[in-house]
Amino acid sequence: MGHFVPHSDADIERMLADLGLASLDELFAVVPDALRLARGLALEPGRSEPDVAFEMERLAAANRCGPELVCFAGAGAYDHEVPAATRRLGSRSEFVTAYTPYQPEVSQGVLQALFEYQTFVSRLAGLEIANASLYDGASATVEALNMAASPKGHSTMWVSGALHPNWRAVIKTFAAGSGHEIVEIPTRDGRTDWDAAPPGEPAAVVVANPNFFGVLEDVSAARTAADLHGAALVVAFDPVSAGLLRTPGEMGADIAVGEGQPLGTPMSFGGPYLGLFACRRDLVRRLPGRLVGRTRDVAGRNAYVTTLRAREQDIRREKASSNVCTNQTLIAVAAMIQLSWLGTSGLAELALRCARGARYTREALLGLPGVEEFVTAATLREFALKLPVDATTVVERMAEEGFLAGVAVGVESGLATIDGEALLVSVTERRTKEQIDRYVECVGKVIR
Amino acid sequence: MTSEHNARVPAPAGRATSAPVMGRDSEATIFEYSSPGRRAWSFRSTGLPEWDASELVAPGLLRGAPVELVEVPERDLVAHVTRLTHRQYSVDLGAYPLGSCTMKYNPKLCDDAASLPGLANVHPATPASHCQGWLELLWSLSNALCEVTGMKAATLAPPAGAAGELTGLLLMRAWHDSQGETRTKVIIPDSAHGTNPASVTLGGYETVTVPSDDRGLVDMTALRNRLDGDVAGIMLTNPNTLGLFEEDIAEIAAAAHDVGALLYYDGANLNAILGVTRPGDMGFDIVHMNLHKTFAVPHGGGGPGAGPVAVSARLEDFLPGPLAQRGDDGTFAWVNPARSIGRVHSWYGNALALARAWSYILANGGDGLRRVAEGAVLNSNWLKSRLRGTYDIPFDRPAMHEFVASTSTLKKQTGLRALDVAKRMLEEGFHAPTVYFPLIVEEALMIEPTETESVETLEALAEALIRIAGEVAGEAAHAPRSTPVGRVDEALAARRLQATWDAVCQPS
Ligand SMILES: Cc1ncc(COP(=O)(O)O)c(C=O)c1O
Repeated sequence: MGHFVPHSDADIERMLADLGLASLDELFAVVPDALRLARGLALEPGRSEPDVAFEMERLAAANRCGPELVCFAGAGAYDHEVPAATRRLGSRSEFVTAYTPYQPEVSQGVLQALFEYQTFVSRLAGLEIANASLYDGASATVEALNMAASPKGHSTMWVSGALHPNWRAVIKTFAAGSGHEIVEIPTRDGRTDWDAAPPGEPAAVVVANPNFFGVLEDVSAARTAADLHGAALVVAFDPVSAGLLRTPGEMGADIAVGEGQPLGTPMSFGGPYLGLFACRRDLVRRLPGRLVGRTRDVAGRNAYVTTLRAREQDIRREKASSNVCTNQTLIAVAAMIQLSWLGTSGLAELALRCARGARYTREALLGLPGVEEFVTAATLREFALKLPVDATTVVERMAEEGFLAGVAVGVESGLATIDGEALLVSVTERRTKEQIDRYVECVGKVIR
Repeated sequence: MTSEHNARVPAPAGRATSAPVMGRDSEATIFEYSSPGRRAWSFRSTGLPEWDASELVAPGLLRGAPVELVEVPERDLVAHVTRLTHRQYSVDLGAYPLGSCTMKYNPKLCDDAASLPGLANVHPATPASHCQGWLELLWSLSNALCEVTGMKAATLAPPAGAAGELTGLLLMRAWHDSQGETRTKVIIPDSAHGTNPASVTLGGYETVTVPSDDRGLVDMTALRNRLDGDVAGIMLTNPNTLGLFEEDIAEIAAAAHDVGALLYYDGANLNAILGVTRPGDMGFDIVHMNLHKTFAVPHGGGGPGAGPVAVSARLEDFLPGPLAQRGDDGTFAWVNPARSIGRVHSWYGNALALARAWSYILANGGDGLRRVAEGAVLNSNWLKSRLRGTYDIPFDRPAMHEFVASTSTLKKQTGLRALDVAKRMLEEGFHAPTVYFPLIVEEALMIEPTETESVETLEALAEALIRIAGEVAGEAAHAPRSTPVGRVDEALAARRLQATWDAVCQPS
């Protein structure tokens, strides 16, 4: 049985006596008999701490990762180094076991960390305002569409077919409720073909840069498409590539969203991750999620507090444009620590190292017989190739060789898909020449 | 046998007034510690060719200068962030009786479980044959949550309670669509949490509010008057946000089902009924759980959480995918339900939070989970009984895991507001209760001690609250004085918005 209720039997007896009750059962007298679970829960009895640890280790051992499965997969989840400082500081129990900062006087730690996080995200995005996090890249994009939608009615949204297929799926799921019409714009040679957009009046235009294929998009073409219809431009950006690329804001984004996992969070089987969200200053009153502002306390000292709260669900209720309450604060705090650790020169260096690794790997793979470019457009830290053997098979066979070779991807009706003929390969700063050479050699073997 | 070295009356472990403070200054921002040329980073030596950025990125796309972040050495970064942690209250530091939020102590073994490299370092696109441990974990957790809620099948993907709500509402919509029906309204009680109506709107429905009666329960007559063929569903939490068990729940379920509506369970209050009764047995069709309340996923200063959704058999085919499933040969694979509403997360949800929850369930087992509910309800009723006579208890029925008190009478007598009580509690070494929620109680103090606080901590909480109620008029308005900052000017924050350091440096 669990041992997390501190009371001794004597404590319980005393407390029950104070309440005039004879048994713990009587605490639930208000629950009608017919609804009582007389048999108890059909779960195994509780285990001791070492027994739980043993079982969790058994489960962990049934997964392959790290040196057992050297990672060349990306597609929105990247194998970056998480340095000791980020890991240790990010797991401090003061951050881990706090609630949402409803009482600012005892929550300055989380609030100030979020303020610093917001500053970093705003600079990466090149936009004045950033919120205190959303769930993940997909949910940040959904929120961006809701923000851009006309407050009155349903809106049409143009979404690049080279936006992550899972994100597009999430957008479509939630559109069933919001009523937005989601129009996916096809790609040509790995880039979004805005000329192929059907007639219509979009409220928002969404493009990823780099996109799902790792391709650098022509964001100005997306801006032009948006301007033609008075639509908001939403740019999904990668915070690591941001070390080398011009910011979404500079390229004309009204709203920037992104997946913040690369900033100090391990791949974690897909979560918890971090939804990055930034926008132009004049949109702040429609911002989803929490926002931390700097202010003063009664003695005139600097202090931080969640602000413009009237936007949020607990106050606006059914009129709120977002329902977000619990977000991903701890992951945002880790990102703030990671970005401080990287610093100005480190982020640029990180992006450069990823791009170098990708270039080296791509050229080496293209040297193998039968390997071809999947798209010819320029890429940065991730790229897709066509192999003489189906990519899913390559991934399976390479796993036997100790590599996560990449992610099988494709294009259907001009739209990016997961599962397909091509292999999407990503290279982070953790990959050495020796690993890459071995990887390329193995790919050569499995496609022969 | 009691050791004579131990005090006869134990000290309240949940009281944090001894937490050290080094000074009364503000902590500078990380930006103010920055100085050119300093750095913390280092990277792996890779042996790769050192191409220049200009050889890798087309000139039009390459940024001119690096993004300006900060330039700090690791030592200064660590000092800064560690000082921030010293300016932060947390469950590990002391009691956190924040109603509705279930701020219980989260066992450290769950932290260890979630940091196992074999869980934390797995890429989400790893072929299923190479991450069988993860799929087994998700499958096992999903089954356990179905047993706890009395439902048929579950998705673990929603990353928080509100995301679970919206997922549940989209399931409701898919169900009615499948019946060839278009319904427009969802009923929620006036005591509902703000995410409920916000989710209803995002689900494409109109919110209809049903009042609470003088028992603090759903007003049955009013409910019946609102139930018609336009109602897609009713969203309830049971116990409700007053901490009261909705005794008419079977009748409510029957009334909903009679008009073809579904019953939705907001599982934020599941802690109270673990192993005692189950939403499925009460007649609920859709249940979301807040694993960050009930199943010891720590709140992380506001997240990440996890908001799985479990459903009855008739809704199983609509669940979001992919779901982990065990095949006849004992191996695990991803499947997508036949008429799935689609994905609700980039991958599979907040997986490491799910691993924490699974380790918590393993540690407690079925018997331990019931013990959790018993402890939570015992503590709440005990603390409530200590406060009766000092504070108003507007709906004074047997409490479940939390209860709502009020300073209404005290406000008339001495001007004491719920907000003042909250700020004074901080000086007393405790986190404040939830204030001004639920909206139907004036000057509400919503108190949830949770099962993990000792009786001495409860006594200390009671004494502090009683002391505050007895203070001379106006005293509490000065609180808090012993915290890192005093009362914060929220109006200034909104009026002169400074949401980044850059806004501080260049006031507009
Ligand atoms: C009653 C109730 N419902 C719903 C929620 C929403 O959950 P979350 O914050 O995880 O989105 C909460 C907690 O915040 C709650 O207390």
